[in-house]
Amino acid sequence: MKKHFRLGLFIFLTPVLLWLVLLIVIPHIELLLMSLQGKDDMGKTIWTLANYGNFFTEEIYWYTFVRTALYAITVTLLTFLVTFPVAFYITKVVSPRLTGFLTILLLMPFWVSELVRVYGWMILLRESGVINHLLTTVGLIEAPVEMLYNDISMLMGLVYTSMLFMVVPLISSLEGLDDNLIEAAHDLGASPFIIFTRIIIPYAAPGITSGSIVVFMLALGNYLTPKLMGGKNSLWFTEQIYNEFIASFNWNQGAAFGFLLLVLSSVIIWTGLKLSRQKLGRALS
Amino acid sequence: MPPVLDIQSLRKFFGSFTAVDTLNFQVEEGNFFSILGPSGCGKTTLLRMIAGFQRPTEGKILIRGEDMSNVPPNRRPVNLVFQNLALFPMMNIHENIAFGLKRQGITTTEIIRRVDAILERVHLSGYGKKDISQLSGGQKQRVAIARSLVLEPSLLLLDEPLGALDLKLREQMKIELKKLQADVGTTFMYITHDQSEALVMSDQVAVMNKGRFEQIDTPRNLYSNPASRIVASFVGETNILPVNMISRSPLKVKTDFGLELLGTPVIESPDSQLDLFVRPEAIILDPADTLKETNRFSLTVRNILFDGSSTKILATVNGSNQELTVALPQNQQFAHIGEGDTIPAGVHRGSCRCYPRG
Repeated sequence: MKKHFRLGLFIFLTPVLLWLVLLIVIPHIELLLMSLQGKDDMGKTIWTLANYGNFFTEEIYWYTFVRTALYAITVTLLTFLVTFPVAFYITKVVSPRLTGFLTILLLMPFWVSELVRVYGWMILLRESGVINHLLTTVGLIEAPVEMLYNDISMLMGLVYTSMLFMVVPLISSLEGLDDNLIEAAHDLGASPFIIFTRIIIPYAAPGITSGSIVVFMLALGNYLTPKLMGGKNSLWFTEQIYNEFIASFNWNQGAAFGFLLLVLSSVIIWTGLKLSRQKLGRALS
Repeated sequence: MPPVLDIQSLRKFFGSFTAVDTLNFQVEEGNFFSILGPSGCGKTTLLRMIAGFQRPTEGKILIRGEDMSNVPPNRRPVNLVFQNLALFPMMNIHENIAFGLKRQGITTTEIIRRVDAILERVHLSGYGKKDISQLSGGQKQRVAIARSLVLEPSLLLLDEPLGALDLKLREQMKIELKKLQADVGTTFMYITHDQSEALVMSDQVAVMNKGRFEQIDTPRNLYSNPASRIVASFVGETNILPVNMISRSPLKVKTDFGLELLGTPVIESPDSQLDLFVRPEAIILDPADTLKETNRFSLTVRNILFDGSSTKILATVNGSNQELTVALPQNQQFAHIGEGDTIPAGVHRGSCRCYPRG
């Protein structure tokens, strides 16, 4: 009996372990080693911390790094603010029969690739785009305005591409919220604001946490949207990594940046969990 | 002093469906008032209107003389204990009970004192730090009641709070709830479809059917003098015999198998087709010859429904297939009867209550 159990466990664990070791652990070890190597004046490979040193001495790297982190946090907050009323409306306000239908409507845009969705926004927003055309035809503006290639359009694009990953956990956690809890709080003298902050938010907290973690990591690691919708000054840290690997062909520097990004996201998520007193295991289960 | 609750010509429609139909009643201070009715009779709607979650279509709700029409639920001096209790799962017991007090802006030390006092009242002293999930069904029940009672409402509304408990615990909670009410003196308004809950706990019971009150009375009167056919069939166990009237005064009726019985009319009606209601305990086995105004017939025992102190027999009236349930006296006098035995039986005319067949 016990032997059977062992064998079963082994069979089910093998794909997971293979996945983890081959695709995550080994490449990361390779990257870590690479980030600690460099070439000396003679062109010989040596061990060095220079790649990390560069990060701290070059102002542009620092600037992009902090900017990326702050914007990723902003994107997470905005996504939450945009999707929470939607999730609440779908689960608590409309009749339960419509819930499934509305959820599917919400998920539909995500059946096409991110690239297509971003181009969709570009068609709407660019100088010769739909919105400019409409505004000039109506006469609200004289000449077309460039609405793309700035931080705001980039944030909008990032929020849009991340929405799905916030709204799904929110819907599933709010669906479990018994309407009677809201009524009971109201009956015990709570105002709508107190009901929202003391009952609804704490109840949905695991969903909010898991949604926020996913959205934050996706925003932080996004390359496409900042590249296409952000302006020349809208540097994203992933673009720096890309530049080091592809443009400068400095894999050692790129690997170091990659590791710094990993540390950054881990630290911010850890801080977020500590601040909101949530447990990672509970949020993701 | 105005009554705690005064309902004036209250009506509620849902589209063309009438959920509550022109109710007028008062509940006096300190009463345990129950509303008894089958599911869908409008009792939950009535309760939710009193709590403020639903607006009446017409009529007024006054609590201690104040009109509640434009008062939202969080400002009404009533509290509701929900059917599924609706305890807040993200808070422990202390926080659950303190929730309402915090909304009133009471100081922390006072809140702690009051929560501890109410926990003691419901026999849960020292449970404050526990999570809701650590409690048993009966304990959750008491926390839910404590959470409302701690606010000292004018009126506590209870929406079938014992429904989810198993039988044994329900019996126990019935007694506890009655004691608690007598102890704190708060006016309770309790709705249920379980007649035994209503009869055991209440000072007054209103029997509700299709949005109307059939009768408001003490449990004893409700049982012994039901005012309508619906009350008679809903409250307590009863035998129903379809009969035809042969003389009006004194009332004499005849069953379709030819047995003539003396009866008591409850409602005046020109109808000659009646239903005769007899309680199982009103049928006397082996009646003495001296009993006056008694209908006599003989029964054949078909089945013995053993249930400890409330053992009954299922018997047929001789010469027919009419089944009657008869309660056995508890003194073991008839412990010897078995299936197939024939015994004489009698019912006093006062216990044969006749209602028009509706």
